[in-house]
Amino acid sequence: MKEKLEKISLRAYTMLAILVLLWLFFHWQTEGIFLTPRNLSNLMLQTSVTGILAVGMLMVIAAGQIDLSVGSVLGLAGGLAAIALTHWEFGVIGSIVLTLMICMLIGALHGFLTAYFSIPAFIVTLGGLLAWRGAIKGLSQGETIPVSDPTFKAIGQANLPENIGWIIAIIAIAILVFINFQRAATSRTVLKILLLSSLVVIFTFVMNLANGIPIPVLLFLTASLFGLFITDMTVFGRYLYAIGGNREAARLSGINTKLNIVIVYIILGALTGLAAIIFTARQASASPDAGVLKELEAIAACVIGGASLVGGRGTVLGACLGALIMATLDNGMSLLNIRDYVQELIKGTILVLAVGIDMAGRKES
Amino acid sequence: MLLEMRSITKEFPSVKALDKVSFNLSQGECHALVGENGAGKSTLMKILSGVYPFGSYDGEILIDGKLKKFFNVRDAEDSGIAIIFQELSLVKGLSVAENIFLGRIPSNFGIVRYSDLRRKASALLQELHLDLDPEMIVRDLSIGKQQIIEIAKALSKNARILVLDEPTSALTESEVESLFEVIRKLKSRGVGLIYISHKLEEVFLISDRITVLRDGETVATKSSKDFTKEEVIACMVGRRIETVFPEVQRKLKEEVLRVESFTVYDYYNKKVVDSVSFSVRKGEVLGIAGLVGAGRSELLMGIFGAWQGRTEGNVFLEGGKIQIKSPIDAIKAGIGFVTEDRKRYGLIIEKTIQENMTLASLKNFSRNLLIDKLKEFSTVSDLMKLLRIKAQLPSVKVSTLSGGNQQKVVLGKWLLTKPKVLFLDEPTRGIDVAAKQEFYLRINELAEQGLAIVLVSSELPEILGLSDRILVMHEGKAMAEFTRKDATPEKIMIAATGYERKT
Repeated sequence: MKEKLEKISLRAYTMLAILVLLWLFFHWQTEGIFLTPRNLSNLMLQTSVTGILAVGMLMVIAAGQIDLSVGSVLGLAGGLAAIALTHWEFGVIGSIVLTLMICMLIGALHGFLTAYFSIPAFIVTLGGLLAWRGAIKGLSQGETIPVSDPTFKAIGQANLPENIGWIIAIIAIAILVFINFQRAATSRTVLKILLLSSLVVIFTFVMNLANGIPIPVLLFLTASLFGLFITDMTVFGRYLYAIGGNREAARLSGINTKLNIVIVYIILGALTGLAAIIFTARQASASPDAGVLKELEAIAACVIGGASLVGGRGTVLGACLGALIMATLDNGMSLLNIRDYVQELIKGTILVLAVGIDMAGRKES
Repeated sequence: MLLEMRSITKEFPSVKALDKVSFNLSQGECHALVGENGAGKSTLMKILSGVYPFGSYDGEILIDGKLKKFFNVRDAEDSGIAIIFQELSLVKGLSVAENIFLGRIPSNFGIVRYSDLRRKASALLQELHLDLDPEMIVRDLSIGKQQIIEIAKALSKNARILVLDEPTSALTESEVESLFEVIRKLKSRGVGLIYISHKLEEVFLISDRITVLRDGETVATKSSKDFTKEEVIACMVGRRIETVFPEVQRKLKEEVLRVESFTVYDYYNKKVVDSVSFSVRKGEVLGIAGLVGAGRSELLMGIFGAWQGRTEGNVFLEGGKIQIKSPIDAIKAGIGFVTEDRKRYGLIIEKTIQENMTLASLKNFSRNLLIDKLKEFSTVSDLMKLLRIKAQLPSVKVSTLSGGNQQKVVLGKWLLTKPKVLFLDEPTRGIDVAAKQEFYLRINELAEQGLAIVLVSSELPEILGLSDRILVMHEGKAMAEFTRKDATPEKIMIAATGYERKT
């Protein structure tokens, strides 16, 4: 039993170790460019959009579902935000609210079709992948829509001033302490708090050495905390894993499996909307091709992070680490001027390899 | 002698499934194998068909007087042995001919020779006097026809020994008749048949000899003519050493649950439970006995709102009529359900004891949708001690527990919903004797505390030892009801095998 417990954390530590090794490797290969504050800030920025999608995707995967449409929904949502802002003059807040609402409605539709009509999630969202891409192409008439509103662009491009960064870091540490003392306070929890707090401090320090914490990164971290909170502390989160682990047992235990599936798709919808807003703001424009293949990146991040597509397994932390590993590969290989097609070959191989090693390890236990 | 199995002994880690069982079969004979659930029939057939390979059992198998060693299913097939299981193994989307010759479809360089296939299939079907188009898709045929196709498939592989495991359980009467027609034809061709069935009437109709197994031993082998139904039942039940059941004097109080003419329909709109009524009182254990397929689980699933199909009937809880549309309603009303097959219906096997135990009552462990993990932890810890679950912490994964402990986790899950009525469906299946004994103590304690319990079990001693009253079901119908005093294994078996109640 103890071995089993250790095995779980072993997987998390292995991933961290792989990440650190990758960082050191790229640092060495790029002759000291990779581990500079500027590049690390850039790396976090690159992680944020995929990371936010991965947090939502993880919850969907935990419930034994899948969503192939997030890339297209991201494109549609980005386009809507841009049009609402520039053509319909909804204002920044109005556009954001509209975008999030529509994304949640799309999520609800996907969830409803799969839960209540028993259409496999794969098919529903494959349909979504095609249809929503079509919708944005029609809406934008194939043109890229530029965004000039400085407030909106700030969501994707601005950084937090140094002192505000520190204030947020202090709040984060306070929350950490508060959450952990809700449970039994052992020497292990104290150690955990110290470790996590020092991570927060180091992170804030490094980001401040660059330009301060980028807003997208702050939003990504908030989304992952939200995901952690949902999966680890709420009744709903517990139900997600139960549904993914054994849907029949969950149903017989009096869980409304269908309703919970609809809700998890709505949450993924909201997070996709958030990712779309950041993406559009960062590009300062909405292209009809925005978000192509993003769904696969999000799924890959979850899977690299230890989630099982059968459902019932996987953590938000793992998914975030998975997203960070993917972004590290992107960033590092680009710095090394490795050509696009080679990058894709390597990323594909690593995805299959990671799951292969994980499966081999699981068989032994 | 076509087949001889000599003093077959098979032991599993915790139990001796077969003890020096002998069985033989002549050419053109239909030899019935009967016995209660768990008597060892399927273990014997698994040895015959190579599922349990040579070396994993003691004893010898001879075919035509020659010693045979089957190391896998293929070896047994090559010696002409074929088993038709209850669950048919046809590919529903393929044609009759394709199914019969699956794996041996005539072809040139991978291209199917359809004319050959059709001709061979037609010839085979004609031999069995079956009026079937070999190009029909199997899905469109009735279960009875599908079964006969399965037999045709076995014959096409030159099967000489054919085992039929509960072949008529899903058939209508006319389909049974045409199956018997095929069996007679096979007998005249010299095929030996082993016929396994719970339905004694059919057994007497079709078989030449009958062998009764009980607790892994051969009790009797006689010609069907020299046997009576009463004798067969007496052999099946026998006098056994009773497991020690704690003698309890239960105080029965007011009625908690009453079910009136409850009917459950399956996917094909066939009645799997037919107008069953019963009631349970506070502190009472109602046993529901019956053979596999009697509709007992379906009855409980139906009442609990978990049956995915049509149900009819009235349910009253504490005198008031209630509508149960889903397990959510049932739990709210105060019904708990320890389902059969804990891995399939009861547990989230990858999760911890704590997460499994609170799953059905999580709302009681939460404030504003946040889980109060401290409260959850301490409640689960206490319950683990109370139920004597052998694990160090609530955070242990249930997959690492023994069967008996897993079952206690499921029981704990339902106790946390604070039920008034608890359904137990085969609660001690697959757990060892000591764990069973302990489980019985827990059930008695719960009844003493005033819980109303409905116990479905295929183990007669369990039903007899625990129940205050016993309802016996056969093919979806309630056949008889006995009080603890009146019930005997013979009476229950007579009702369970479908003989009308003697008044």
